[in-house]
Amino acid sequence: MSVPADLKYTASHEWAKLEADGSVTVGITDHAQEALGDIVFLELPEAGRVVKAGEECAVVESVKAASDIYAPLAGTVLAKNEAALDAPESVNQDAYAAWLFKLKPDNAGDLDGLLDAAAYEKVAAEG
Amino acid sequence: MIQKTPLYDTHVAAGAKIVDFAGWQMPINYGSQIEEHHCVRRDAGMFDVSHMLAIDLVGAESQAFLRRLLANDVAKLTVPGKALYSCMLQEDGGVIDDLIVYFFTPENYRIVVNAGTAEKDLAWMRLQAANFAVSLTPRRDLAMIAVQGPQARERFWTAFPVARSYSVTLGIFQAIDWDGWLIARTGYTGEDGFEIAVPAEEAATVWQKLVEAGVKPAGLGARDTLRLEAGMNLYGQDMDESQNPLESGLTWTVDFKDAGRNFLGKSALAGRQAQGNLRTLLGLLLLDKGVLRSHQQVITKHGNGETTSGSFSPTLNASIALARLPAGVAIGDEVQVAIRDKLLKAKVVKPVFARNGQSQLQGV
Repeated sequence: MSVPADLKYTASHEWAKLEADGSVTVGITDHAQEALGDIVFLELPEAGRVVKAGEECAVVESVKAASDIYAPLAGTVLAKNEAALDAPESVNQDAYAAWLFKLKPDNAGDLDGLLDAAAYEKVAAEG
Repeated sequence: MIQKTPLYDTHVAAGAKIVDFAGWQMPINYGSQIEEHHCVRRDAGMFDVSHMLAIDLVGAESQAFLRRLLANDVAKLTVPGKALYSCMLQEDGGVIDDLIVYFFTPENYRIVVNAGTAEKDLAWMRLQAANFAVSLTPRRDLAMIAVQGPQARERFWTAFPVARSYSVTLGIFQAIDWDGWLIARTGYTGEDGFEIAVPAEEAATVWQKLVEAGVKPAGLGARDTLRLEAGMNLYGQDMDESQNPLESGLTWTVDFKDAGRNFLGKSALAGRQAQGNLRTLLGLLLLDKGVLRSHQQVITKHGNGETTSGSFSPTLNASIALARLPAGVAIGDEVQVAIRDKLLKAKVVKPVFARNGQSQLQGV
């Protein structure tokens, strides 16, 4: 299980990365893709959608099951990953490269409230 | 109680992801479910199905008992080793389980039932057997391995060359006892192959020899997508005690031909048939993007129905489902399926999506 140290995490297995331009990129963790198995379909939020922290805003479907993805923090959706939509299996191949959507956060400081890598590793180890 | 098959340690050593299935610790996959699926459609894969229960029937009235117990008629089995698929019904026509029965002599049969229903089935069978000269013996001393795929039989013979001459002439749905192993040309994938029952203590060796012959272990995940593509029902999902076989795509397994045969559930089914307006279990092919799952509402011009099994089909690279649909819905109709907050378009198709390595939906 890979948990990069430079990312922030949620207990619901999303990762969030603060980019140089102030946007936040969101995806699911390696642990999550492993648990889901072969991913075959993504439903991603449209640009312009305003989301609250913890709001269901995307769905990742594996052969096995559908899984809701939650916004790690409040903001406005800037973009969805079109390449991942066309190749959902890319999330299995590299969950940290195959991001799902980008947010313009209402407050970039909200990132500090998310889990760091060490804290997420504990969450993931518990299942 | 958590139960393990004789192959549990073998699965763990092979890196299987283990899940609970009907109280059994079973491999869901050994890495990628989709790869295992393709391997069975294109070459040969194998499943540990030792969680299913074989029950041997012996006694002078074995045949009479089964003609009462089962909706299909075992009297049509006359060649030793020949197998038959049947439902076992409640008096009200609800399905207790679906099973395969193997005929050896009119005094000797073997039944293989689902894992999750095994105890319930045994209790029901013992209750019904009270008035018949028949004894029932559950065979938890056996392990069962399903070797499936276009190359399954060849690879099995590579592993066990001596078995070739005994099993090469086996027809579809036929079995032979080979030195204490039952080799049956049956399966649950829509591919050719064998299901073999062997003494539990031999299971790990047999599995290993098959691995060496190029048979790839496959988990219950692939088994589910394979059977769904083949259009085969899964008990507990596509039918259960609240559904009858006539509305579960299983009319072909209910044998009314012998008017003198009074099988359990017969009068209820006859009544339901006379009533008419029967729902039908048909296939759905999703035309929009998404994944069909069980228990999604299906909207048709004849009323609403419901998906019973749904998944992504690796062979078709599309999403498919079985759905119980109102009378009047026909193959070729376009319907809508409610998935989350959307209504997606789907086409009603014959519920056989892929078999023998390829799509069965040409022209759709």
